[in-house]
Amino acid sequence: MSQSVKRTFAVFVEDKPGVLNRVASLFRRRSFNIDSLNVGATHEAGVSRMTIVCDADEDKAKRIEANLYKMVNVLWVDDITHKQSINRVLALIKVNCNREQRDEVLKICDVFRARAIDMSPDRVTIEITGPQDKVEGLVSVLRPFGILELVQTGTVAMTRGVEKHELAHPTVPASRNSAA
Amino acid sequence: MTPANPKLKNRIGESLSGSQIIWEALVREGVEVCFGYPGGAIMPAYDAMIQYPIHHVLTRHEQGASHMADGYARASGQVGVCIATSGPGATNLVTGIATAMLDSIPMVCITGQVPSQLIGSDAFQETDITGCTIPVTKHNYLVTEPEQIAPTIREAFYIARSGRPGPVVVDITKDAQQKSCVFEWSDEEIVLPGYRPDYAPLAEQLDEAVDLIKNAKRPILFSGYGIIKSQATETLKKFIETTNIPVACTLLGLGGFPATHPRNLGMMGMHGETWVNKAIQDADLIIAVGMRFDDRVTGNLKTYAQNAKKIHIELDPAEINKNVRVDVPIVGDAREVLEALMPRVENCDRPDWLAYIDEIKGGSAVRDIKNLPDLGKLYAAHVIHDLYRFTEGKALVVTDVGQHQMWEAQYYKHDYPRKLLTSGGLGTMGFALPAAIGAKFAEPDESVWVICGDGGFQMTAAELSTCAQEGIKVNVAIINNGFLGMVRQWQQFFYGGRYVATPLLSPDFVKLADAHGLTGLRVEKRSEVEAAVRTAEATQGTVVIDFRVEQEDSVYPMVPAGADLHNMIERPGKPGGSEHNPIFETGKDD
Ligand SMILES: Cc1ncc(C[n+]2csc(CCOP(=O)(O)OP(=O)(O)O)c2C)c(N)n1
Ligand SMILES: [Mg+2]
Repeated sequence: MSQSVKRTFAVFVEDKPGVLNRVASLFRRRSFNIDSLNVGATHEAGVSRMTIVCDADEDKAKRIEANLYKMVNVLWVDDITHKQSINRVLALIKVNCNREQRDEVLKICDVFRARAIDMSPDRVTIEITGPQDKVEGLVSVLRPFGILELVQTGTVAMTRGVEKHELAHPTVPASRNSAA
Repeated sequence: MTPANPKLKNRIGESLSGSQIIWEALVREGVEVCFGYPGGAIMPAYDAMIQYPIHHVLTRHEQGASHMADGYARASGQVGVCIATSGPGATNLVTGIATAMLDSIPMVCITGQVPSQLIGSDAFQETDITGCTIPVTKHNYLVTEPEQIAPTIREAFYIARSGRPGPVVVDITKDAQQKSCVFEWSDEEIVLPGYRPDYAPLAEQLDEAVDLIKNAKRPILFSGYGIIKSQATETLKKFIETTNIPVACTLLGLGGFPATHPRNLGMMGMHGETWVNKAIQDADLIIAVGMRFDDRVTGNLKTYAQNAKKIHIELDPAEINKNVRVDVPIVGDAREVLEALMPRVENCDRPDWLAYIDEIKGGSAVRDIKNLPDLGKLYAAHVIHDLYRFTEGKALVVTDVGQHQMWEAQYYKHDYPRKLLTSGGLGTMGFALPAAIGAKFAEPDESVWVICGDGGFQMTAAELSTCAQEGIKVNVAIINNGFLGMVRQWQQFFYGGRYVATPLLSPDFVKLADAHGLTGLRVEKRSEVEAAVRTAEATQGTVVIDFRVEQEDSVYPMVPAGADLHNMIERPGKPGGSEHNPIFETGKDD
């Protein structure tokens, strides 16, 4: 058995009612644990794209892929874990921050390339996008100030190269046949 | 493609109601029989049904309808169809849908739904049946417009029967049934962008398989349900007759390779033959075809077939490496893959390996209850063995779930595919009688026998009334042991013999048959079995036989759940031995 690592799947699905439910139901019933799931429109009409992050070893990843493909509404699955890719989450963080602390907080934001987007005399709201670990870094530095609220999206991810997914009639990736 | 039904008027281009379109579509998909139960949300569809050449079988419970559609599909290889109303009608189908899902049975279930403007309002008899059945269907649909009905039903049949088959639910709102639209029907090939039912084996994987087969000294081939589904029996026979590889069957694979073929070892797994399981543990190559290494066939995975390389020929890529890691996966149709391998495998006699298996077989066969004299007691194994003899192995047998199911698998030798229907994956008690009714509609010329327990029979016994109303004949052999026998056996073996909630009081089954206007017989001695079987075969209409068998017999051999496959509990004692076993008591035939 290979090591269990965080895996990222780009999953293209038909934009139809209930598809998110079907995908979520699959992960639940096969006890594949989802870390995060993001879904949104793509540039193609009728096609949505999900980014799913979950823990899985190599075998399990193949089975997740194969099970996703079994769903009629799933068009294309790409396990981009080991591909050169860009992974981003967006977080909004509201922290305690009085006048004396403000400079320091804004400096921290600079270091993390985060932005203060709202401010009141005793708190500031910060927006950050970046890989999950960068967001976690910012959160840990801000924690001593007192975090009042935090919200973040799941990861969205894209490979660096131009991958042509022929969305209308996807061909089957080799891994569908060679699961070994 | 769509077989033109001469009884169907061409109404393409006319304005039809959604209800009419449902039947137009079903008839065009080749449906002649459907099983169902009416109710408010499906009444428009029922009202339109009489205009169409479809025979509707009114069941006594929607679970019966789904099992009948399932039995129809298993017997014929065609898609089975059931129909029910919204809410309780639809939820009652679910057990049958889940049963079909786990055994990959092609089925289309039409359900009525509350009017679309009421969806989500907890309306009378509203259940989110598409939501409920996502995990137990291959796919499902909610249809709210009459225009969607025809294309959706076409798609449903296509999905149900292609690739690895499975049940598909089409939930149709009442208003969609009532509204009209121009009926259109396309005969073009269906292309679904996200659905790929067919895979061709990869050349390098075939090469690797050929190599492994060539070099194997102790190979064994597993014949699963995939052999039957892909109609690979003849191909497999040729393959085996060339390679002389011994064959082990899964429960659902029985009949896919002739039971009486000299290379057929029998069933594997929890209640498989000892020699089969031992051969698996000793093998150096497993060629698994159309099966999925269920926990009931592998036992403890850590000690399972450790010396064997494994080739897995399977249509569903998601089954590869799910339970057992394999060396060579070949994703494809069982028959096509065997045909591709066939010209590349060599003649081989394997005298040592076959002699070795014969030797371990010889040791176990002594314990076979079938070989014991008639000591005046009626054992289930005797009943089933006799049934096999007197029906000359030709009956279409439908079993329920429990001890009798395992005895049937051990003692009724199936030489032909689609002659044993049983709920393997889900193990659904109550399956047998309704599934047999469905099978009888699919194969009216077959002699259909139900073999069920006193427990399971009572779960769906109301369908006797369906037999009576339809005037159809199935023979029902109730293996009546007064217990939920399989559970009692586990209590005996693993729960200190505490028989909690397993003793079972039953009605007088002979009178029950009589109350339905059917024939009931009772058998208490082995000497009466033959006459009863012959009477049943000769009697018109459904016959129920109450076989009063020994109450506390157990199914042997047995691999306890999760135990090593080679550590089987064998039937204790043997003739001349001293261990106590009720079977070996001398009894008076009184
Ligand atoms: C619907 C359902 N409920 C419970 C079970 C668990 N179960 C498996 S075998 C069995 C006993 C079956 O008893 P019976 O029908 O009399 O058959 P026997 O084992 O005695 O031959 C039970 C309760 C099941 N398989 N299906
Ligand atoms: Mg019983």
